Amino acid sequence: MKKPCTPRALYLRKKRNGKIKVLCLQVAVLAVFLGAWEFLTQVRLVDAFFVSSPSRILIKLGQLFRQDFMPHIGITLLECILGFVISTIAGFLAAVALWWSDTLRRVLDPYIVVLNSLPKIALGPIIIIWVGAGMKSIIMMTFLICIVVTVISMLQSFLACDKNKVFLMQSMGASKLQIFYKLVLPNAVPELISVLKINIGLAWVGTIMGEYIMSSAGLGHLIIYGGQVFQIDLVMASIVVLCVLAGLMYFLIARLEKFFRKRRGGSLQ
Amino acid sequence: MDDILTIENVGLTYQSAAHETEALRDISLRVKEGEFVAIVGPSGCGKTTVLSLAAGLLKPTAGSIRLGGKEITGTSGEVGYMLQSDNLFAWRTILQNVTLGLEVQKKNTPENIEYAKQLLQKYGLGDFIKAHPRQLSGGMRQRAALIRTLAFRPKLLLLDEPFSALDFQTRLSVCDDVYAIIREEKKTALLVTHDISEAVSLADRIVVLSARPATVKRIYTLDIDRPTPLKRREDPAFSGWFDKVWKEVGA
Ligand SMILES: Nc1ncnc2c1ncn2[C@@H]1O[C@H](COP(=O)(O)OP(=O)(O)OP(=O)(O)O)[C@@H](O)[C@H]1O
Ligand SMILES: [Mg+2]
Repeated sequence: MKKPCTPRALYLRKKRNGKIKVLCLQVAVLAVFLGAWEFLTQVRLVDAFFVSSPSRILIKLGQLFRQDFMPHIGITLLECILGFVISTIAGFLAAVALWWSDTLRRVLDPYIVVLNSLPKIALGPIIIIWVGAGMKSIIMMTFLICIVVTVISMLQSFLACDKNKVFLMQSMGASKLQIFYKLVLPNAVPELISVLKINIGLAWVGTIMGEYIMSSAGLGHLIIYGGQVFQIDLVMASIVVLCVLAGLMYFLIARLEKFFRKRRGGSLQ
Repeated sequence: MDDILTIENVGLTYQSAAHETEALRDISLRVKEGEFVAIVGPSGCGKTTVLSLAAGLLKPTAGSIRLGGKEITGTSGEVGYMLQSDNLFAWRTILQNVTLGLEVQKKNTPENIEYAKQLLQKYGLGDFIKAHPRQLSGGMRQRAALIRTLAFRPKLLLLDEPFSALDFQTRLSVCDDVYAIIREEKKTALLVTHDISEAVSLADRIVVLSARPATVKRIYTLDIDRPTPLKRREDPAFSGWFDKVWKEVGA
């Protein structure tokens, strides 16, 4: 086998080795954590009844999947995705409107500030009364938690556009619409992607919180129920599934980021 | 020859919550077709304001401005504005940046895009058509910015301190490039700068503005007959002109 020794090859090899090293360490951290957890419960230094254990979680997961786990997962996932998508789209449209009209922005500014600092969970009872307990109200809760932050951050990213670039486009005779979709929007893409990342986290918060207070199905419901009947295994198993789902959704957004990065010749900025 | 730009007794006062600022007072100036006119003046006197008026980004509070005989009422896309920073869009390739004006004005026909490509080829950016701005040096980016303003064939080029973000060496060579391009394409240009040597090396005429509120203090018609800015800088007459303008700006 030939070993290329150009600086480039060396650099690439070093980089790949670095990547492999990090990945190994990441796996090791997880293995040590799970191993210690399992060991401590096996030797009964800590009580698996209170803290569960990896093996018990696995067994519980097996049980759950043979019973009616899928519908619970499906409901939570659907609530989260719908809440996320609706709030992202609505938030985007609202941010565009606020960017478009200075008057609208100035009129609504104090309301947005107040809404932003309001803990949305406080609206739980009202939501239940208005739309009833169930999927709709949970999507509503998710929506409320996501929307304000979405509007504020997206608007912020639109307004951050360089004034000189706007002048440049105006001097070319560009309309406001053209300035928006040829300059302001593509300029905001990196921030928009961070908003999506933050939002996906918030959507999970909204969904699970919503399920805590007003649901009879879903992972959040299972967690609360498991806590009430002291089935820590059930709680942990549900949390594991949550982690996997949240991770997957984050991964999808990271792919989106990669897509834009590629299209822009290697950098988002 | 015909006037491209006619500024007649123009005044401009900025209004803001705290106070009003009279930036321009009774400015009159004509730019003929094919001319290269430089505006110099103390910093903050209102040089950029003159260009903003010519671009239709601002409306004069007194007097009138005409572009090619027509009163300027707003932005029309008939002027090409080039600023201190190149303002290339990072997410667009060089070709896409250069054709921005064509796109905006819905003139992105194959012929016009071909013209933009030819300009890039001709002025040494042919290999970078598909590159992104960050892959180019400062001087190349400024050249791309100029080609962007040329691509939609504006009647008039407005250059607002287009070289001041570049280091000295690059500035001299980009200055040469830009001058060559503008001459070669037979464009009319109005340049704002606070660098007097730059004005003397580039312009056919130099307009000296007074401190704020800016009035036209004096207009010099230069007679250094040299083909490039660098050659002009080497001309014996250069320092004489420099001193004259410099004294007038400072006086
Ligand atoms: N939008 C504005 N509102 C209020 N005042 C302004 C505005 N723009 C510029 N001015 C003021 O008008 C005056 C002229 O500004 P201008 O930018 O035209 O000067 P300039 O000669 O280009 O300055 P510089 O040499 O710094 O580029 C300055 O005193 C500035 O503070
Ligand atoms: Mg200025």
